[in-house]
Parts: sequence; structure tokens; C-alpha cells
Amino acid sequence: MEWYALLIQQVINGLALGSVYSLIALGYTMVYGIIKLINFAHGEIYMLGAYFGFYAITVWKLHLAPALIISMALASLLGIVLERIAYKPLRNAPRIAALITAIGASLFLQSAAQFTFGANFKPFPQVIPFKRIALGPAYITNRQLIMFGVALILMVVLHIIVQYTRVGRAMRAVSLDKEAAMLMGINVDRIISFTFALGSSLAAAGGILVGMYYNRIDPYMGMMPGLKGFTAAVLGGIGVIPGAVIGGLIMGTAENLVVAFGSSTFRDAVAFAILILVLLLKPGGLLGKSENEKV
Amino acid sequence: MAQTRGLQVTDLTVQIGGLKAVSGLNLELYPGELVGLIGPNGAGKTTVFNALTGFCAPCAGRVVFDTKDLTNKPPHVVAKHRLARTFQNIRLFKELSVLDNLKIAYHSNFKYSILSGILRSGQYHSQEKKANEFALEILELVGLADRAQDQAGTLSYGGQRKLEIARALVMKPKLLLLDEPAAGMNPFETAELVDLIYKVKKDFDLTVFLIEHDMDLVMNVCERLYVLDYGVLIGQGSVQEVRTNHKVIQAYLGEELLCQS
Repeated sequence: MEWYALLIQQVINGLALGSVYSLIALGYTMVYGIIKLINFAHGEIYMLGAYFGFYAITVWKLHLAPALIISMALASLLGIVLERIAYKPLRNAPRIAALITAIGASLFLQSAAQFTFGANFKPFPQVIPFKRIALGPAYITNRQLIMFGVALILMVVLHIIVQYTRVGRAMRAVSLDKEAAMLMGINVDRIISFTFALGSSLAAAGGILVGMYYNRIDPYMGMMPGLKGFTAAVLGGIGVIPGAVIGGLIMGTAENLVVAFGSSTFRDAVAFAILILVLLLKPGGLLGKSENEKV
Repeated sequence: MAQTRGLQVTDLTVQIGGLKAVSGLNLELYPGELVGLIGPNGAGKTTVFNALTGFCAPCAGRVVFDTKDLTNKPPHVVAKHRLARTFQNIRLFKELSVLDNLKIAYHSNFKYSILSGILRSGQYHSQEKKANEFALEILELVGLADRAQDQAGTLSYGGQRKLEIARALVMKPKLLLLDEPAAGMNPFETAELVDLIYKVKKDFDLTVFLIEHDMDLVMNVCERLYVLDYGVLIGQGSVQEVRTNHKVIQAYLGEELLCQS
């Protein structure tokens, strides 16, 4: 393969994987925007989403699209329950307490999944027959197209919800000033629940798409993508929705380019190198506000 | 006690830490009145507003508005009973447009589901259109219609105060609580504000309860006053009655000055 063909190929691979990182990053960034919490259990929601999809396909014999919808719905529910049980009692506690709880919730869900589904990886059912489409000197697989397409559709839907609907307006109001929002008749608890539901459903969709892409799922699959999604959110500017999308795409592309032109040893390291660089050079992120944190 | 459609506060006590910020407060507002709440700094005026709107839970007492018991109700429920307020330190959604600020206040009036929002159904369009029209009507009233698409934070200080009142009006309140609406305004802006208060009170058939330090404004516009000091009601009645109230003069000017005069 010529070097430029390799480059194009890796950018295609990177954008496909990156679109899933974007989906995960959106959940981090929305929850942070609303309650200033880094929900470290988000990667586990992604993992459980993949399992929900797995069982929907293997046990209920469903096709990809209905499995995706069922998994997203279940993950939404899980996100709401997680917030109610783990985070809501700590709403007025110091932020570090909620952060530690989030790490605890992450470990709990991981272990619960290992206990329930077993520690071994499961082969994700091949619902979509593999196809390769030539794209200039490079190729794109139909699974990559599905991944990218589904992610894109979900992002557009999210954009419409946040920008143009009443609940999206309420979300933006709550993220700017909770108390003033309450006075406008907005039920803040319900908006927080809704945000968790929305973020969790995107993560679940990401879980299924990656399960399908790599053909395998396991209880620990949420850890790395979770951290990468978090890095993508920070890279784009945490709390900024378009930032999460851009951050995810950059992360995916960077990862694939490093593997292709450097060494696959650095596959995961590149994420953290980016995280360190962002924190050093532009702590607010690419699209982040430069203003100091409100105290 | 006979229940009127106004606001009745009975024996309201609010404790903040070890401090009784408000104790044993009784007050009553009749529909259509414009009543002032005054008192020296730290008297507990804003705390009264906070207790009325559900921001802090009173440890004793009852708040009844429009024959409904609002004691210990959370703010978003209080808001649905058409009791709106503005803040001493302006609390707009500064990064959102002027129009969006108003449409957020319209929140409870939207009835469309999330699905019709995503699919942009006819129901969505008709309701959004209604909200836009109503918001623009109110902006027209307060004189901000030409700024509808601007970010709220870019308005002048006086403009932001007006927008806060406009935002409260979108909730179609029956009772409007204004917390120091003239704070930081110049005399010209204050005069404009007084006109605005009169106008909205008439147009919306409002009851207005007002905290203010600008005594000229208070004496000019309020029909009745309540005076608070250290969380206790020390005087009430018409402007004239309050002016000559011994305890009130003492609280404002101090013991010594009173002896000299």
C-alpha cells in the first residue's frame, strides 16, 4: 500500500471508531454540563449497552436496529437508576465525594457484569454480513459505514433535542443556573434524570456498534473507551456538546494513525498523551470557554 | 381565617444555621395590591422571598397563595402556581438569547412530547410559534423587542433588569415578587422602571410585592408597607403610618439620632 493510501485508510478507520468515541464523550459532557460531575461509570453503561444488544440479538433473535433501540432504552433506565441511587444523595456534597462515588459505581457495575455474564469474552453475533467498498485507493467496510451513520443520526437527533425542544431548552437553563431554572417551573430533578438517560442511551449505542465492529464483548470493554471518551470530552472542551463530537473524531483518527505509522504499543498511550497536552496547553479544551471556573 | 385569593403568610419562621432570619412573620396581600417590604440591610427581606418561592424551607408557619398551601413546596411547583420573582443580583441565563430566556419561562406551557420535538410535528411548530409570539409581545411591552436575538449578557444593566421582569411575566404570574428592582439603576432608569411596574401591574392584573432600598421609589409606588428588622415585623401600614412609626425610625436611624431630634 502506498503511504497516502494507508493514510486515507487510517483516517477512514479513525473516523469510524472516533464517531463512537464521540457518542461516549457526549454523555460525559452533558452530565458534566448539568451537574458538574465526571460520571466515570459511563464506560460501564457502554459495556452494559453492548451486553443488552448481545442478548437482544441472540436470545430474542432480533435484528440490529430493534436491538439497538431496546439496548438504548434499557441503558437509559440504568442511567436514571444510577443517578438516583448513587449521585442524587450527593447533589449538595463536595464534588470530590461524587467523583469517588462515580469510580465506585464504575467498579461495581464492572464486577456485577463479570458476575452475571461471566469474565470471558463473548463473540458478538454477526448480524451484518461483511462487505468492503472501494473508496479511491482505500476501502470502507459496511460496518464502518453503519457505525458512522448511526452515530451521525444520533448526533443530529441530539442536536435537535438540545437546541430546539422544550426539554433541551430546560437542559441548557439548568446547566447555566439551576435555581433560576427552578423558578421558571422547571423540575430540575427530572431534567437531570433526562440528561442521564440521554447520555446513557448514546453510550449503549456506542457499545453495540463497537461490539459489532470488533466482534467481541467482555465486562472490561468499557474501561478504555470510557477513558478515551472522557479524554475526547476534555479535548473538545468539557460541557460543550459540539466539542465532544470533534474531540471524539480527533481521538479516533489519532489512535489509528499512531498504530499505522508508529507502533500499536502506543494505541492507548496516545489518548493519554493528548489528555496531558490538552491540560498543559489549553485546559479549557478546543471549544471550551476560557473563563475561570465559577466558585 | 377566611381564605382570600391573595397571599397569606402566617407565623413564618426561617432558621439559617443558628440564626433566626425571620421569626413569626404574618402578612397578607390582597389581589391587585402593590405592597413594599422594607428594612435595613440583613433584616431578612430576601429570606422572606426565598421562603415564599420554596428556596428555603421555613421551620414553622404557613404560606397560602390563591387558597392553595405552598408551604414546603419546591420552587418549580411554586412557579406553577403562578408566583414569579426576580432576583436582587440578576440571574438571567446570560449565554442564551433574550428570546430563549423567555421561552424557558414558558416551559410549563409546552405540551408537545419529545418525539414530536424531534420529528418537528405540527403540534411542535404551532406551540413553538405561540411561545415566540407571546415572548415577543412581552419584549415589546418592556421595550426589548429589537434585542430578541441578542445574548442576554450583552444587554445593559437596566436592560437585564427589564428582561428579568419580562421573564417573570412570561409565566403569567398572579403575584410578582421584585427583589430590589432599582438596585444599581440611575434616576432615569428608575423612573422608567416605575412606569414599567405600573404598566405591567395594570396589563397583567398583578399583585406586586416589592423589596427596595430606594425610599423615593417605595414611598411613591407602594400602597402599603411592611417593615422588617432582624427578622421581626416592626411596622406595617400606609406609607404615612410607616413614616411616623417610632420603631421604624429607630431601626433606620438609630437610637441616638432619635433622642436628639
